[in-house]
Amino acid sequence: MTMQPLYQALKAGFPIGELTEQRPDLAFITVPREQLRGLLLHLRDQEGFTHLVLLTAVDWIEEDRFQLTYLLHDRKGARDIGLRVMLPRQAVIEGAPMESIHDLWPTAATYQRELREMFGIDFPDSPGVNEDFILEGWREIPPYRRDFDTLKYSNETFAPRPGRESQDPAQYMKAQLYPDGA
Amino acid sequence: MKQELEKRWVKGPDGVDFEVEPLRDYYCEAPPTVMPAAYSKIIEGLFNWARAESLWILGFGTGCGAIEMRPLMTPRFDAYRYGIQWRPTPRQSNLFVISGYLSVKTLKRVIRSYEQMPNPKYVVGLGSCTINGGMYFDSYNTITRLDEYLPVDVYITGCMPRPEALLAGFEELKRIIRAGKGEGANQYAERFDWYKANQKRVIHDWDMPDYNW
Amino acid sequence: MSFEWIKIPYALLTLFIVANYGFLLTAVMAKIAARVGRRHGIPVWQNYLDLIKNYGLRSSITHGVMFYLGPVFRLTGGVGLLMFVPTIYGSVMFSNMSFAGDLILALYFVFFGSLGMALGAGESGHPYSAIGVTRGLSQVTAAELPFALAVYAVAVQYQTLSVTEIVAAQQGGILNWTLFTNPIAVAAAMLSFLGSMMRPPFDVVLAPQEIPIGPPTEYHSSYLALMQTNRAIFPIAKIVIYMNLFFGGAASWPVFFLKVFLIYLVSVIVGVVFPRFRVEQSIRWFLIWAVPLGVIAIVIA
Repeated sequence: MTMQPLYQALKAGFPIGELTEQRPDLAFITVPREQLRGLLLHLRDQEGFTHLVLLTAVDWIEEDRFQLTYLLHDRKGARDIGLRVMLPRQAVIEGAPMESIHDLWPTAATYQRELREMFGIDFPDSPGVNEDFILEGWREIPPYRRDFDTLKYSNETFAPRPGRESQDPAQYMKAQLYPDGA
Repeated sequence: MKQELEKRWVKGPDGVDFEVEPLRDYYCEAPPTVMPAAYSKIIEGLFNWARAESLWILGFGTGCGAIEMRPLMTPRFDAYRYGIQWRPTPRQSNLFVISGYLSVKTLKRVIRSYEQMPNPKYVVGLGSCTINGGMYFDSYNTITRLDEYLPVDVYITGCMPRPEALLAGFEELKRIIRAGKGEGANQYAERFDWYKANQKRVIHDWDMPDYNW
Repeated sequence: MSFEWIKIPYALLTLFIVANYGFLLTAVMAKIAARVGRRHGIPVWQNYLDLIKNYGLRSSITHGVMFYLGPVFRLTGGVGLLMFVPTIYGSVMFSNMSFAGDLILALYFVFFGSLGMALGAGESGHPYSAIGVTRGLSQVTAAELPFALAVYAVAVQYQTLSVTEIVAAQQGGILNWTLFTNPIAVAAAMLSFLGSMMRPPFDVVLAPQEIPIGPPTEYHSSYLALMQTNRAIFPIAKIVIYMNLFFGGAASWPVFFLKVFLIYLVSVIVGVVFPRFRVEQSIRWFLIWAVPLGVIAIVIA
């Protein structure tokens, strides 16, 4: 089994990017942001991808982009497809909105609430998106962004106990197991 | 501050308006006081012995370490034979086991539960996370040092400590209590301002009374 | 009839013996149940330790007058029940106040504790208490029904309401026990007994160590200790009634200890074998199995 036939069919109707095949039953496609909604609808209603497995984000700070990943599952065909949408990072941080898909899958509202809190990606139409998700009283920049220094924050906030040492596990175990350096 | 906790006027079923202030109405706000030991040394010794042999743990698993407490109830480890029981309500427990990492959000609940426990009360920090943060030492929402926020009697190291280590820790705690050194509650009362300042430094949306009995 | 003051120390002595026996017996029963699960279980003296510890707690709060009175009422239920039935048949020392009360009074006392508890727990204002009280009262009511029917059947059988006379009528051999002269009433009463002992499968009201602990959610320190004392006395007092009504009473302390142990063991054996009922299941169970037996017992009598 491969995702190629599906990809070819999609490519005929949508201007989409390259196909990355992770496994025979799992592939990722990068899609333009304008095509996302139509593609999701098509996949859900025509191709049998009825289940939104997850909606998450990656912070590509070096490339100045946020990547949203919409992972869909096709129960009948036992295969997954991930749609990647690239957002301009700086614009998102300044508050550029992203389209909500909570009307396609109601569970998406929860993911979008989480993304709003953890990455600061705004989905203005999503219900309850501005409520606290898991953080209570957070004051800093959203903690999952890579320019947020968790170690520095932790050291400043949580009064670390002095005397803690950190070791590289590989080096440490090597020194433990082979003290002669063999 | 959540909306339901705010001071407001409510119309009762009998048509009378009355003022509701949840933070004051539901809790006793008087700060804790240092409670002296029994007058007689012999009586206090007896009490301490009974306290040591009757540890009632609050059934509040604050982190992943809670999974190590369950085997203690089973036939293999059977903590009941050491006088250890689990109780579902803070009012009846005298031992709080902070099981593993403690996120700021949980810390808030932990403080409330801890303050509701009756006076001679003990805290056991379970796992590296309570000692120095463990593998969550650089996490943005996990405290790294439990004794900044609550008086801790015993730490049990490990990630995770085995149930045997827990039993050894409880035995150590019993020794401490029998020696009359398990005065965490009084220590909390004595340094109340210091503990509160520490707690408030990490809990930013403080929506409860300073002390809730 | 003049009151004999010597009865008061006698009654206190009875209470002392029964309370201590109750503490040890509950611990032994917990140990038996633990052995069934291949655990060692609590030490037999654990109840005393818990009691001392709870009295030794330094801080306690109250939620109002009824919060104080709840445990007191509960203890009154246990002690009262014990006082108004002859603990040892034919003994001047341990018959206590049984001359003054009859079966109806005993029935009241069985229920009294639960009501007091309901009032006290209601005052604490904790939602779990309210749930526990609702569950407890409905289950106790359902369990009480067959017992009341059985008691009336026995009363009709012996044409008396006095516990002492009922015991007297059962003397002179095992076959004179109500167990053999009126087995249906005893069966109904024993089913009710399972329900009122707060052990599995009917312990959802007072499941210790679980989130819905029920009525005593807010109780702590001395209040809880008082209730623990009652938890030791009340089952024994209840078993004494059963023993007197159905199993020929006891003429001496060794017989008393043995019979109480065996009757208690019935509920423990059932408890370790069967899983827990929900409240609506247990009520249905009582209405379907126990109440008809009680009705039949009355009809036959």
